[in-house]
Amino acid sequence: MLSLFLLLPLLGIIILNLPIKIKMQSVALLYVLLLSVSQVIVVLFHPDGFWNRPDVWGRFFELRLYVDNLTLVLLLSIGIVVFIAVLVAWHKITEPKQRLNFVSLVLISLIGMNGTVLLADIFSLYVFIEITSISSFILIAFQRDLNALEGAFKYIILSSLATVLMLGAIASLLLFSGDTSFASVSEAVKNNSKNIIVISAIGALICGFFIKGGLVPFHAWLPDAHSAAPTAVSVLLSGVQIKTLGAYTIIRLVTSVFGYTNSVAYILMVVGTISIIFGALGALGQRDFKRMLAYSSISNMGYIVLGFGCGTALGMAGAVFHMFNHSVFKSLLFVNAAAVESRTGTRDMNKMGGLASRMPLTGLTSVLASLSAAGVPPLAGFWSKLIIVIALWMSGYHAYATIAVLTSIITLAYLLSMQRRVFFGKIVEEYKEVKEVSFGLVFPELILAAIIVGVGLFFPLLFNSFIMPISSFLK
Amino acid sequence: MINDMSQLFWMCSIGAILVFITGFYCILVTFNLIRAIIGMDLLTKAVTLFLILAGYVTGRTGLAQALAITLIVIEVVVIAVAVGVVLCVFRHNKTIDVKLLRNIKG
Amino acid sequence: MTTRLLHSAVGLAITSAILSILIFRLASPIAAVFELSVCAGLIFAIFISSITVTQRVSAERLIIRKKERLRKFWLLPIIIVLVAAALSQVHFQMAFNLPAQTEENNVKIILWNLRHLDLLGQIVILLTGAFGVVILFKEWKND
Repeated sequence: MLSLFLLLPLLGIIILNLPIKIKMQSVALLYVLLLSVSQVIVVLFHPDGFWNRPDVWGRFFELRLYVDNLTLVLLLSIGIVVFIAVLVAWHKITEPKQRLNFVSLVLISLIGMNGTVLLADIFSLYVFIEITSISSFILIAFQRDLNALEGAFKYIILSSLATVLMLGAIASLLLFSGDTSFASVSEAVKNNSKNIIVISAIGALICGFFIKGGLVPFHAWLPDAHSAAPTAVSVLLSGVQIKTLGAYTIIRLVTSVFGYTNSVAYILMVVGTISIIFGALGALGQRDFKRMLAYSSISNMGYIVLGFGCGTALGMAGAVFHMFNHSVFKSLLFVNAAAVESRTGTRDMNKMGGLASRMPLTGLTSVLASLSAAGVPPLAGFWSKLIIVIALWMSGYHAYATIAVLTSIITLAYLLSMQRRVFFGKIVEEYKEVKEVSFGLVFPELILAAIIVGVGLFFPLLFNSFIMPISSFLK
Repeated sequence: MINDMSQLFWMCSIGAILVFITGFYCILVTFNLIRAIIGMDLLTKAVTLFLILAGYVTGRTGLAQALAITLIVIEVVVIAVAVGVVLCVFRHNKTIDVKLLRNIKG
Repeated sequence: MTTRLLHSAVGLAITSAILSILIFRLASPIAAVFELSVCAGLIFAIFISSITVTQRVSAERLIIRKKERLRKFWLLPIIIVLVAAALSQVHFQMAFNLPAQTEENNVKIILWNLRHLDLLGQIVILLTGAFGVVILFKEWKND
């Protein structure tokens, strides 16, 4: 019953927009929360009746969807982040009609992301990537303020450049294979691997995915779009969308379709390293809270691509685990930014100070998220960065491993400076009276913090049962 | 027949490349957001032509047409959203002019 | 500025028409008809929006802008010529050996029977477009 991942959100959109006279917004909230929670539960508990049964409507139309371990990790991340994003949005957006539109767009984005991770056909991959991107254009421009519109427009132009690159590559690959499914394209690439058209098509496709994932040198849209968007949308974008559209697609295509050649590995590692350094340096000098978090996203995407580019099963496991960890701690940091912004009204970090005494829960969860992001034991982020660095060292890429470790120190520096500026230090006069945010934002913070601490502490137990089997699809 | 086919092929591929370059140039050079959208549209049209051309050369015209039709639908929606964003920008401060675009390109 | 923008839009319309004819000649009639009809509506939308955002620009600013434009991108034609010279050296072979074509070549059968995932994608994209238009084009109440 895999197509339920795509059809249930569609059903939700249709139901929510029917002209019936009931309180649609509560129905909307309930529906999307239930859907995302059920997605998480179905992945974690893995009921056989769901995953192995073919679709009941298989005779009428057939959606060719496939699942393996990488898909499961991403479905889990998508479920968690959509849950958190809708909770944050419910706190910030108050008008019923807008809430309904927001939930419909989040459901469309859910269809797009679920579709991207479940299918096995490069043109359908493009279609679902576009679904996710278009819904995020509209979500970024949701409140229609000027910065958000600029960020959305920049994203549209760069995204259409990525579209053109991807489609050119698909058309070129169509010259060699008769069909667009992964199996026939990989067959064609294997038979014609020395052809200049095939090589440039692979390069163009990977560049297209780099643009979508916000890796250097195609990152120009990311700081503006992620910082100017409403915070719930930033959670969705930075938490799971850049990873699904950027990192997952590269991993899937390189392992299943193109094969792992030396030049591909080289490009991935170089781009990954440059992204790590550039993101870290960019985040150092920022005053705006969300802009700093956006640059930090670029840096972490670099880690994921670097870990994958290394080529071993351990590197792949580290990269995928880091995808999950980054979803969780980046979402937590953005929720904290939303909490701080809703109580103080500003995102300028230099104006804030000493908020931890007034907003204890937000301060505590923010410290946990920052330590996880910087890779401090025993939180979850430490393990994933450790795996990536060990994998790099064991494959002989000592230089890359050293750069990764050194940049971790810069990461620690900017995150701690953010903590000092916002939460600790002397409390500023005008914010003496702020209170803790309402339960609507504290609840997602607590859930995410619990996940970070839980995964970090129980990691040795999880290693053999969950982490290593991720790379079982590598061969 | 072969001559005719290869002449058509070369004409179409040169046409596609010309449209691509024009679209790219439009986006790079313009100070005007609507012209950036026109450039984006030109790029997508060039790639549609390239897709159909690939189908023609290999004989799989059916598959290429199905892909091209899906592509045209997606392109329409992207451009509609982009025009919507530009109109909202215009309503904000009555201009879609240089200064705004400098802000974007920076 | 208005007239130059309208020139661009007219150029887009003419390019769309020529492209449609080329696609027709490449043995893809259905795609050609689709492209012509859909892009006609699209260009209509662009025309209307470009007329809405008209603005008067003084003559001096126009000349300054034109100079700036040419100065920024003088390198572009040189790059194009170089890339064209490099590409002409590469030998493209026209004989692609593909696996034998087993399915139908009819567009309708392919689209409706084989590519259900794309159809679902198209439906969702049209829904997204509807939402986008509703959210972005609605009148602002607090202006």
